[in-house]
Amino acid sequence: MDLLKHLGFGKDKEKEQAHDGIKIVCKKCGAETELSVMTAQSYVCSCGEYQRMPARARINSVVDKDSFSEMYGELTSENVIEFPDYEEKLEKAKKASGLSEAVVCGKCTIGGNECAIFVMDSSFMMGSMGTVVGEKLTRIFEYATKNNLPVVGFCTSGGARMQEGILSLMQMAKVSGAVKRHSEGGNLYIAVLTDPTTGGVTASFAMQGDIIIAEPRALIGFAGQRVIEQTTGEKLPEGFQRAEFMLQHGFIDLIEERGRMQYTLSKLLSIHS
Amino acid sequence: MENNKNITAYERVQAARSGKRPMGGYYIDRMVDDFVELHGDRRYGDDGAIVGGVGFIGGKPVTVIAMERGDEITDRMRRHFGCPSPEGYRKALRLMKEAEKFNRPIVCFIGSSGAYPGIEAEERGQGEAIAENLFEMMGIKVPIISVVVGEGGSGGALALGVGDTVIMLENAVYSVISPEGCASILWKDSAKAADAAEVLKLTSRDLLGFGVIEKIIEEENRSAAEICSELKKTILAELSEKCAMSEKELLDKRYHKFRKIGA
Repeated sequence: MDLLKHLGFGKDKEKEQAHDGIKIVCKKCGAETELSVMTAQSYVCSCGEYQRMPARARINSVVDKDSFSEMYGELTSENVIEFPDYEEKLEKAKKASGLSEAVVCGKCTIGGNECAIFVMDSSFMMGSMGTVVGEKLTRIFEYATKNNLPVVGFCTSGGARMQEGILSLMQMAKVSGAVKRHSEGGNLYIAVLTDPTTGGVTASFAMQGDIIIAEPRALIGFAGQRVIEQTTGEKLPEGFQRAEFMLQHGFIDLIEERGRMQYTLSKLLSIHS
Repeated sequence: MENNKNITAYERVQAARSGKRPMGGYYIDRMVDDFVELHGDRRYGDDGAIVGGVGFIGGKPVTVIAMERGDEITDRMRRHFGCPSPEGYRKALRLMKEAEKFNRPIVCFIGSSGAYPGIEAEERGQGEAIAENLFEMMGIKVPIISVVVGEGGSGGALALGVGDTVIMLENAVYSVISPEGCASILWKDSAKAADAAEVLKLTSRDLLGFGVIEKIIEEENRSAAEICSELKKTILAELSEKCAMSEKELLDKRYHKFRKIGA
């Protein structure tokens, strides 16, 4: 359990017990793996398949030990446009993810390099971006601009959050403005695209990195696959919208394995420091 | 006014989508003098769903970028029914940069169900093209006026929508997702699109209330020509106000206009 504690799970006895016996089922081979084992393996199944990684486990897998301090964690979403059943969805998402929203922001060091970091979590309403996600991202870029820090951002999202209507869409412009100002300050932004990164997130900050890294096989694209099939009547080619496809078409800089991500980020941050 | 309030959100969606509704090309023809169309993204191709060029509005030189779905069927197919491809967004950005170089303001007309969802569009980076426009438009040093004249379909519309002033025609709509898409997610039934249109709050009055847009051009009891004339007056007034600003003031105001949404 020490390992779990280190990785942000089980901050108290009750929670530790709650996580006892939890198993993660591989979406490819179906094997069941203890949470503690899966965490130690950075959510890569023994068969090699990448599982979607919770934000806190992700942070612990890439930042220097004890270097992370969270920011803006107090911001939580409200039902701003009075969308049906949104409050219930938010409550469910909070329970499922153990998070207050779909992105966790903060500062940390990676390989001794000070940086700002954001990590999205697909278990919170598919990592969708509403006003709070947009606000947290904007704030972390503004903080990094003010302090001349690089930003490392792990993206995973279904896109803009339908339940906040047009206000979600406008977050794409808002965050893009903050990324632009960070960039104009001569600061580095490394975007890491993880499975899945789609819709309005791909069409904004996920594609605005100075350097864009993707995890192997991650789904990365703008339009949904079903929509494309229905619109065009064409069959999608093998590997369509996967990280390897994006690399081949020139839209990402490199694909990096999860186990080597910290090392690669450290090198890139050092080179730019 | 009374009458207008009785129009449902979905009726406005249908009005915004109507094949008879004037799109970008109409406003260029009637509002822009000496228009010279400029084609292509200098990267890959020329997207018919976005028409761009230069001309005069009320004697003032402008760059105009407009979504256009076309008239008869072959023209519409060529233009993907007004759904832009990455080349369209890249052409738009190229023309915005040209406008910036010559200190000429930009007017964008938005009306599209969204960015084209196709295999080739993805291969050529639909997401990257939109992302690049949002990023760059935040820094373009000349005024940008965006007008939603038809359906403002999600990110594909926003890619021309990062304006200092965003105007909507009364019956235009602007949404994160189509009512049909929303209904099929929410109720597993795209036939409930009318209900979805209500909950999405996508009408011009909703958006004005949220502070997402600055102005509405009323349509009721007005002909297309009268609407166009009113819109032209509004654009000219906005341009003269924005052109009087310093570069820094213009960009700060643009940043904060979007910064305050959902803050």
